[in-house]
Amino acid sequence: MEIKMNLISEDKINSMTSTEKLRFVLDGVKSGDIVVLEGGLTSEEQMKLIELTMTEVDDDFSGIEMSGYPSKKGFLNIRKKTRLTVIGPAKTMHTTKKDKDFISAIISAI
Amino acid sequence: MKSKRRWKSILTRLRRALSFRKGTAKIGIYGPPNAGKTTLTNRIIHTFVDENEDVGIATEVPHETRRAVRREGVTIDLKAKSLEDPNPDLNSESKEKPKRGKAKLKLDVVDTPGLATKIDFHEFLAYGLEEDEAKKRAKEATEGVIEAIKWLDDIDGIVLLMDSTEDPYTQTNIIIIGNMEARGIPIIIAANKVDLVDATPQRIANAFPQHSVIPISALKGENMLDLYEEMARRFR
Repeated sequence: MEIKMNLISEDKINSMTSTEKLRFVLDGVKSGDIVVLEGGLTSEEQMKLIELTMTEVDDDFSGIEMSGYPSKKGFLNIRKKTRLTVIGPAKTMHTTKKDKDFISAIISAI
Repeated sequence: MKSKRRWKSILTRLRRALSFRKGTAKIGIYGPPNAGKTTLTNRIIHTFVDENEDVGIATEVPHETRRAVRREGVTIDLKAKSLEDPNPDLNSESKEKPKRGKAKLKLDVVDTPGLATKIDFHEFLAYGLEEDEAKKRAKEATEGVIEAIKWLDDIDGIVLLMDSTEDPYTQTNIIIIGNMEARGIPIIIAANKVDLVDATPQRIANAFPQHSVIPISALKGENMLDLYEEMARRFR
């Protein structure tokens, strides 16, 4: 079985509203895709993604696996800069190791 | 749009700062499933309210707590209550603290369901649940996660509980901390289960050096005084 990966540029992500981003990510993941966002999601967006995911969990879709580098402090330590986030179906993706600059994950077909 | 959000965040922080000292703080006990949230909440209630009162049942089955439970009117008064620590040498620094046992804090404590990005009913089958029961629990657990997230809008501070025997650098922990920082809500990390032989609370302190990390055992009551002191200091 093949697994598709969608690598999304920061420009594309920035052109979407938060709601569009979350819908885009979750639709992709529910289709079985691995979604990699170059610019990442903010922690608020990630929390909203968990909330949205929980409304759609059922017998066939158990949720998501999400990993990302933590945000970096930006200008004057006020605005935070988000970094890469990778999201996949919980049944397919499993994060094995993670620190602030490194993510290792296993992607396996069901 | 981003500027509007930033102003809203600043106003929220100001509102919290002005209202925080007026009365009772609503403190959420957050963390992943099986971190010991209900055990900690029960210990707080047993110590300062009624030793026979439980806010919930703590078991080894994940997502035992599937509804947030708020216990109002708890007063942590360390002048009035002396605590026995079964392991007083756990935190050697605590011996040097001059204000030990003097803190007082009025709070409503909110025991929340465990936060997770996935809930698979098959996991519950391993604990002996029937399939129908497992599916029902999974459904309730998803609602519990949503409820825990919604409670963040009404919380004045959180104790984020982590299991000292597990890798703390999970996305869920990072998301909770990121959200609290963005909202300007004070946060204490409690490194729980230090009574277990493979506990490494220092790993949690290393992962989140910007936050207070208090090693505790909610089950055995180890180092609780330090946690209460820190709660009074941060949440008052």
